[in-house]
Amino acid sequence: MTDYNFAYLDEQTKRMIRRAILKGLAIPGYQVPFASREMPMPYGWGTGGVQVSAAVLTPEDTFKVIDQGADDTTNAVSIRSFFERTAGVETTTDTSAASVIQTRHRIPEEPLKEDQILVYQVPIPEPLRFLEPRESETRKMHSLEEYGLMHVKLYEDISRHGHIATSYAYPVKVEGRYVMDPSPIPKFDNPKLGDMAAIQLFGAGREQRIYALPPYTQVVSLDFEDHPFEASKADQVCGLCGAEDSYLDEVIIDDAGGRLFCCSDTDYCLGRRNAGHQGSSLPGNEVAA
Amino acid sequence: MTPLLSVHGITKHYGTHIGCADVSFDLYPGEVMGIVGESGSGKSTLLNCMAGHLAPDAGAVVFDTRTDGPKDTVTMSEPERRMLGRTDWAFVHQHARDGLRMGVSAGGNVGERLMAVGERHYGDIRNRATDWLDRVEIDAGRVDDRPTTFSGGMQQRLQIARNLVTGPRLVFMDEPTGGLDVSVQARLLDLLRGLVRDMGLSAIIVTHDLAVVRLLADRLMVMKSGRVVEAGLTDQVLDDPQHAYSQLLVSSVLQV
Amino acid sequence: MYVAVKGGERAIENAHAWLAEERRGDATVTELSVVQIREQLSLAVNRVMAEGSLYDPDLAALAIKQARGDLIEAIFLIRAYRTTLPRFGSSEPVDTGSMECDRRISATFKDLPGGQILGPTFDYTHRLLDFKLAADGEVTEAPTRATSATPVPHVTDFLNREGLIEEAPHDDTEPPDLTREPLEMPANRALRLQALTRSDEGFTLGLAYSTQRGYARNHAFVGELRIGAVAVEMDIPELGFSIDIGEVTLTECETVNQFKGSKTEPPQFTRGYGLVFGQSERKAISMALVDRALRWEELGEDNVGAPAQDTEFVLYHADNIQATGFLEHIKLPHYVDFQSELELVRKLRREAGADQVREAAE
Repeated sequence: MTDYNFAYLDEQTKRMIRRAILKGLAIPGYQVPFASREMPMPYGWGTGGVQVSAAVLTPEDTFKVIDQGADDTTNAVSIRSFFERTAGVETTTDTSAASVIQTRHRIPEEPLKEDQILVYQVPIPEPLRFLEPRESETRKMHSLEEYGLMHVKLYEDISRHGHIATSYAYPVKVEGRYVMDPSPIPKFDNPKLGDMAAIQLFGAGREQRIYALPPYTQVVSLDFEDHPFEASKADQVCGLCGAEDSYLDEVIIDDAGGRLFCCSDTDYCLGRRNAGHQGSSLPGNEVAA
Repeated sequence: MTPLLSVHGITKHYGTHIGCADVSFDLYPGEVMGIVGESGSGKSTLLNCMAGHLAPDAGAVVFDTRTDGPKDTVTMSEPERRMLGRTDWAFVHQHARDGLRMGVSAGGNVGERLMAVGERHYGDIRNRATDWLDRVEIDAGRVDDRPTTFSGGMQQRLQIARNLVTGPRLVFMDEPTGGLDVSVQARLLDLLRGLVRDMGLSAIIVTHDLAVVRLLADRLMVMKSGRVVEAGLTDQVLDDPQHAYSQLLVSSVLQV
Repeated sequence: MYVAVKGGERAIENAHAWLAEERRGDATVTELSVVQIREQLSLAVNRVMAEGSLYDPDLAALAIKQARGDLIEAIFLIRAYRTTLPRFGSSEPVDTGSMECDRRISATFKDLPGGQILGPTFDYTHRLLDFKLAADGEVTEAPTRATSATPVPHVTDFLNREGLIEEAPHDDTEPPDLTREPLEMPANRALRLQALTRSDEGFTLGLAYSTQRGYARNHAFVGELRIGAVAVEMDIPELGFSIDIGEVTLTECETVNQFKGSKTEPPQFTRGYGLVFGQSERKAISMALVDRALRWEELGEDNVGAPAQDTEFVLYHADNIQATGFLEHIKLPHYVDFQSELELVRKLRREAGADQVREAAE
């Protein structure tokens, strides 16, 4: 695809995006407006992440894309092949071999390293959006650090359900300053956000915002002292690799409603199986056919 | 003694029309000031200028802050003014809907100011909210109900609880009993009087209802066409009005 | 044994192949050419150019063919293509006063200099299906008349001469480009108009209609609607003067709206403005009404809380490419989020159930 510049976007645009990224890194958790371009994929399908990836990729990079933790979901496949075509970069499914990882809705199980960049696709970057629909007002709330309303929402959850009823896109406070939406990752992944060795970049294409967490940033999930944040997952082990510590997908496997739990991070699961770990649903250990 | 609030020459125009002109007074800690006048007299404009909801064209509103002493709130930065708005100041709107979050439970409404200033213990917040519901005579069992299910009088009492929970030093009230039935008004006034006395609150109450100021206010200002025409101790002004307009105002009430 | 769903890649390739086949339809039927679309479905082409923000009838026709006639999909193709184009600069403002009008009507004056020109309009056609078209009927040739070379003056200029309508302040600053800078609020009128001209026709029509039905009513008259070609001139720094770089067909609508005034200012009519690529008069009129509704603040009107008065609401929801992408993204896998919700609901239900059992036991 020689008609297009390396990684699709022209260099001017990439510079504009890099400036936004640098500003984001300088002010962790602050949403930097940027002139999002119209990409050849629909808004809401990762245009923000794709633009951030395009701006940070170099020809020497190795690129990995996951959606819901998996490398083989259709949208991940589609974005990976987009960069194979437009940037000609090497791609991988191996988390540790990737230098840039674009993700939708998950953080890989395997801890990331200092020379890696994790790029999140973000649908709604504004954590206050569903409490206050007006952009001009939410920006003011951020600049004045008026976050009382955020806790009112959590208070209401507890008074109604006995628990904070937010299970994904769980809001966090960055370096004691900005309240940030971590993108719709399950709250199980929230503890990985803080103190991470890798750079974390968040791109929201339709909403024209970029924000970032530099390495080893303090990230705290909002909670109450007497209702502390809890990273939860299904109380099961992976049926394929036996992992007890990974986030699990629930798959319905027969008409009788039989279910299998397996790692949502496909690379992690495969790595464990290759290392000899086995779950109860593998041949010989089968519970369901 | 340093006045808690010192108002100097507050003036606000709407185009060529005068909202209020050159209003000055001092309010001392524990004092309640009543501002009366008919609608259009400029009393609400004045109140909104003092509370930071409207920017006056001229004048200063000096508040004796806890940390820095007397400070002009008109020229202070917006973050500072907003901070005052959720700590030392409170504002009770005429319509409870304007002062409450109708989609949030009574407990959440009362707790919001606590959370806004950093309170992070759910149990404590809830207990204090319940305690305040009790103080404004709302059944603690209603703590998880939304104000939409409350009567008008209850909504107004909830708004008062929401405002007073952080122990503000100055309360602005805009026709707090307006729009309520007479019997409900009496109960609310009684409650307000108790709270003002118990908490040693300073307050500025705008109303067209002289019964309200007679019951609550230590001092009184009478406004007409944006200007203060008479000011003094409440009893003095009501029993022996000097200005013709005050006389008219008082006599029209007495006739009722 | 359970095998996880694999092979996104193959599935995608196969889906694309099937799509191509469906696009072609019955292969025994003659294939539609891009030129045919450009010439015979020109209003669709116009809409794609307008909302795609790219004036190129051939590309728009190609996009319509590729999109199987789905105009939003075609607009999307054009927008994505547009991203890759370099931006050379901005043209001089086009002079619609010197437009060669194919159509020019005014609802406010029965007759006026330049005359009323109906042009190629559906307006007075009876909406009866024409079965002659199904039978490849011959087209009757339209009578012609020599065009007059004199420019057709704007209706609002007549009103302005008497001071009857607000001045449209002259402003030479280059307007912001919302495809190059993030849309930030509050948006000025230039930015609002830019967003509106590429907004979804249906959305804008609905908003405009809502103003007519009382949601921020502003009593609009179509002062003038004109359609025709205008020259595009661009200043070339190397040459030191501007040259004609081409011609675009535009639809321009100027509305004359309810008057305002105060004790100090005598009453005056106010303006709404719509300008759209191609012949797109429904869109141009809609745009003018919405533009006018959004001006409530500068005109000192009340905010009655109508959707068409809410700049953030209008501008953030008017773009059909943003809207369709986000709307349709909910069909992407969300099973990680759903799983976490599932766990939470199970937990809450478990606790609720446990409480019931406990209560029953007591």
